[in-house]
Amino acid sequence: MNIELRGLSRRYGATQALRDVSLRVGNGVRVLALIGPSGGGKSTLLRLIGGLEVPDAGEIEIDQTLLDRREDPLRSHRRRLGFLFQSFNLFPHLTALENIALPLVHVHGKSAAEADETARACLSRFRLADHAEKHPAQLSGGQQQRVALARALAHRPRLLLLDEPTSALDPEMTAEVLEVIEELCREGQEIILSTHEMGFARAVADEVVFLSGGRILEAGTAAKLFDTPQTTEVKAFLSRVMRY
Amino acid sequence: MRTLLTSLVIAILGATFCFFFYILIAHDYRWEAVVPYAGNLFSGWAMTLAVSAVALILSVLIGAGLTVGQLSPSRVARWLARAYVELVRGTPLLTQILIGYYLVAPVLHWENKFGVGVVILAAFAGAYLSEIFRAGILSIPRSQWESARAIGLTGAQTYRHVVIPQAIRRVLPATAGQFANLVKDSSLLYVIGLGEFTMQAREANAQTYATFESYLPLALGYLALTLPISLISRWLEHRTRYEH
Repeated sequence: MNIELRGLSRRYGATQALRDVSLRVGNGVRVLALIGPSGGGKSTLLRLIGGLEVPDAGEIEIDQTLLDRREDPLRSHRRRLGFLFQSFNLFPHLTALENIALPLVHVHGKSAAEADETARACLSRFRLADHAEKHPAQLSGGQQQRVALARALAHRPRLLLLDEPTSALDPEMTAEVLEVIEELCREGQEIILSTHEMGFARAVADEVVFLSGGRILEAGTAAKLFDTPQTTEVKAFLSRVMRY
Repeated sequence: MRTLLTSLVIAILGATFCFFFYILIAHDYRWEAVVPYAGNLFSGWAMTLAVSAVALILSVLIGAGLTVGQLSPSRVARWLARAYVELVRGTPLLTQILIGYYLVAPVLHWENKFGVGVVILAAFAGAYLSEIFRAGILSIPRSQWESARAIGLTGAQTYRHVVIPQAIRRVLPATAGQFANLVKDSSLLYVIGLGEFTMQAREANAQTYATFESYLPLALGYLALTLPISLISRWLEHRTRYEH
């Protein structure tokens, strides 16, 4: 991926979620992991890159193109991406199949038949073919996240943004979702994800960014960041979360 | 404890039903007195059915329009819609009918009682419906709007495909209640001399002094209109359920 962040700041009321964040991610990086304590700014950074919000200050450049601040170009930007949030991604009144087909028809201009075919293919790919006609409430949390992932990928986005995709799941479901994400990483899908699964981040990420208090404390290859953390805060965080 | 409470509820409700049923049965009726008015009562019932049916459709349109106003980004539209809702809900329907028929309609040279009655009734019920619709739309969780934005839907598409389908199901019970109210509120149209059901019952009573013989059929006649509304609403609620 080719992303450059320059001096990004974002405030919510009294909370300064991001403070003057700058980062350059080059073409060699396919998977970028954002780690750090809750409230550190991971989600905010993903939302800014994804064009769900605009920064108070600073700019974002993706593939040498500056991200616009107006809603129309931002929507076009979002349409080229795939998103997955922590939970409640799916529309409860639509079946798994309809959830995937909806954006294909109404956002990407496919015919109903094409969309149906693509949606079925996506579901099969994630071993969900038997669940096509079920509503989200009839699926387990892990299955729901996999359907949501299928929806995020159905239009073949260049970049996939995952915001703590397994935080709301129990360990078994977490494993089933992580397996699918790992598969995507192996296939070369470009991904930026925020996660609390340190082992997973280390296994799949080419580069890891540690965010805390709205600032980037450290950034580097997974091996470097996990094996030789430079700052005391990152050291303390890693030793705490890796202890058990 | 729960079974005790249940038995208590059954006992109280059962006794109440029996009590009222007994009183109504035990009364010494003079049905023959109102028999000559049966034709008038039936035509009044038909008039109430007609007024209610047209007003019901119009009230949904007015309610939806007011909801659009209340949720509009324009402050003036929000303020005007709000003012309308508060004025209509805060004042007696009787006054509104009198003002509408004796002050407003003559200025517009509109003398059709049926038409004026329908519009006043719909304008009144529309204010209540808009509050129900607004609450329904606002009850859709933020995460659903967010998901819709993330997959690239426009604002209008989000309403059309995500928010309104889910909101309709949530507002069905309250909307059915409001429809039943509308049917009963149409009885106030007797003040402008529209020959609807209540007016015919009042007439029969005035001529015969057979009060219960006039007003009991009235109650049954209204029930025959409101009960189907309730049943259809339940059926729709069941048919549109997606959490199994």
